[in-house]
Amino acid sequence: MSRAESLPKSDTEPEPDTESETEPGTEAEAGTGANAKSAARPGGRGPSRATTRAGVTAEPRAGRTPSPLWTLGLFRNELVTTFRRWRTIALLGVLAAVPILIGISIRVETRGGSTAGGGGEGPAFIAQITNNGLFLVFTALAVTLPFFLPMAIGVVAGDAIAGEANAGTLRYLLVAPAGRTRLLLTKYATTMTFCLVATLVVAVSAFAVGALLFPLGELTTISGTRIGFAEGLGRALLIALVVSASLTGVAALGLFVSTLTNSGIAAMATTVGLVITVQILDQIPQLHALQPYFFSHYWLSFADLMRDPVYWDDLVRNLGLQGLYAAVFGSAAWARFTAKDITA
Amino acid sequence: MEELSAVEPDPAQAAGAAFPADQAGSARTVPAPEPGSTGAVSARKPGGTGAVPVRGGGGTGAVPARKPGGVGTVSARGAGGVGAVSAQDAVIATRALSKRYRGGQLAVDGLDLTVPAGSVFGFLGPNGSGKTTTIRMLMGLIEPTSGTARVLGQPMPRSTRAVLPHVGALIEGPALYGFLSGRDNLVRYDAADPAADPRTRRTRVATALDRVGLTAAAGKKAKAYSLGMKQRLGLAAALLQPRRLLVLDEPTNGLDPQGMREIRSLVRELASDGTTVFLSSHLLDEIEQVCTHAAVMAQGRLITQGPVADLAAGARGRLVVTTPDAGDAARILKEQGVADIVVTETGVTAEPPDRELAHLNAALVTAGVRVRGFGVERASLEDAFVALTGEGFDVAG
Ligand SMILES: Nc1ncnc2c1ncn2[C@@H]1O[C@H](COP(=O)(O)OP(=O)(O)O)[C@@H](O)[C@H]1O
Ligand SMILES: [Mg+2]
Repeated sequence: MSRAESLPKSDTEPEPDTESETEPGTEAEAGTGANAKSAARPGGRGPSRATTRAGVTAEPRAGRTPSPLWTLGLFRNELVTTFRRWRTIALLGVLAAVPILIGISIRVETRGGSTAGGGGEGPAFIAQITNNGLFLVFTALAVTLPFFLPMAIGVVAGDAIAGEANAGTLRYLLVAPAGRTRLLLTKYATTMTFCLVATLVVAVSAFAVGALLFPLGELTTISGTRIGFAEGLGRALLIALVVSASLTGVAALGLFVSTLTNSGIAAMATTVGLVITVQILDQIPQLHALQPYFFSHYWLSFADLMRDPVYWDDLVRNLGLQGLYAAVFGSAAWARFTAKDITA
Repeated sequence: MEELSAVEPDPAQAAGAAFPADQAGSARTVPAPEPGSTGAVSARKPGGTGAVPVRGGGGTGAVPARKPGGVGTVSARGAGGVGAVSAQDAVIATRALSKRYRGGQLAVDGLDLTVPAGSVFGFLGPNGSGKTTTIRMLMGLIEPTSGTARVLGQPMPRSTRAVLPHVGALIEGPALYGFLSGRDNLVRYDAADPAADPRTRRTRVATALDRVGLTAAAGKKAKAYSLGMKQRLGLAAALLQPRRLLVLDEPTNGLDPQGMREIRSLVRELASDGTTVFLSSHLLDEIEQVCTHAAVMAQGRLITQGPVADLAAGARGRLVVTTPDAGDAARILKEQGVADIVVTETGVTAEPPDRELAHLNAALVTAGVRVRGFGVERASLEDAFVALTGEGFDVAG
């Protein structure tokens, strides 16, 4: 009974019949009762009714045309599930803590009135923080991009498929049926969303700390020109977006690794290991010829957005390289996952 | 045969579900387009009611409360005329289905399985005999090494998208997100089905939880569930939608006797609604208690399949006479020409003779034997299995 209620179609369907048939009256009665109906309906449909109805009751889902929008339900659920996980929240918490630590340490260091020493991280943003808190955003992104951010992405991407396989939930998602391509796309979209959220968490946390501990106002670009605070804020946002786009390659790589194993931990460790290895290899001069193909090679090009005029070459190379990684490893992940025996 | 007729209405009903086209073919009076027009619900509804009061009333009027049953009965007769279940009518049909795992293990070997619509089909075999592997192939989770599998008339794994929304499955135990509540687990599995209406999601989840008796624990994190509760939640996930086919892989594993009973009654209830249930188990009595049909696997091969009654009939039953005068009873039976007489603690058992049993009973009573019980005990499936394989059931795979 309760089942019928959950199914609108089968619920409504039998009712009109019940009405007319509980009164086992004559044809005339039935005819009058269903007057309007039968008038609208040529009698020729009559003989087929048993069969037709059998078809209907037995095929309750036929009339219920699934909306294409329903397919997004999995993405929505995946987002909610991911961001409600204790692990995700912990990762974001760590990322939020980095700018706080940087801000406080610079504040403590410069209390005596001396300016902070230029940081080793390419652009000398750190020196400027004491003049303008907005520079903490750039500094924090420059500090987290090489390791913290890709590690967090590696955890989320690596766990995406392998974690489900490990828990056995993958088989139930697939018999639901989530569809392998759809599931993979959902996982990738969720990982990309996580990239964006993680980057924004760093940026927003840095901005808040910067605004609290340091003055805000006009700022000097790397080229030495001065731009207004509003434009500076705009560039900060743009930089955050570029940084999160810089992570698409790692995300695709992590997802591919995730389709290779049934152990979430192994996939996460492998992805994070790859991130670290590539960064180390990027420092070895002998590998000069290969380095332009390392996904991390142009990562710090986001600083070029702080030039006036903006120097686009490396930015474009970076985004192109990320697109290449996404295409190659995305396809590899798809090829692997759609052909994989799900035995877990 | 008796058992079969008990479920007769359902096969047709489910068959209609699975094979609308086929239904059209076998429909005596109906032009082919009819079933195809199932989508146009509102159009057909009044037409049916208005036009055929007499004929429809005959079949359906008797059971106004439960429409599907009435309808099913009508078409079931038609289906009965067709005779044995053809592969086309089958909800599951495999041909020479084989799976060799990468390790070289031949887990399933040339399986020809036919599961008739509306049956409660027991898939029986000791551990490691290839049941789960078969189910994984049927659900499109693993690719067969060779052979074909059709589910609801469509080839698998190619048609997973069209077929699986109509199939509920419990495969090798439940798998849950420990960090989500029981309810949210179901919401997630339902969201994974692109054919599931999000507007009815909450209600359907609540109904499914209620059905397996988990309403009270619905808000609890799944990691805090006991094994039995997890199993129930897995079942609830299979029941999120009305299904044409339920595949339950050892659903009573890890359950206490009470849980087992509940699962059995749930299976019966579902079957009476016309859902075909494919139930794998390594427990003979479980299959015997709920199944109308069964297949027996051993070491990846299908040993036999068919209606449970037929399988058990392969091994003959025993005449059982309960009496304190066992010696006298044995003597009388022998005089009557009954073979294979065995004296037991409670009386005598023997091979049932082909003639009228009442005469035997009369002879016993006339001779002064105090007959307390007299009858033929049906052979168990285990007897059948032993007869088939010449060995016990507990063979390791
Ligand atoms: N992923 C796998 N890789 C290799 N061999 C497997 C795998 N899964 C199962 N097997 C083997 O296949 C055989 C059948 O297993 P299974 O289908 O799980 O049996 P059942 O479900 O009847 O207990 C067993 O011998 C088992 O060891
Ligand atoms: Mg098994």
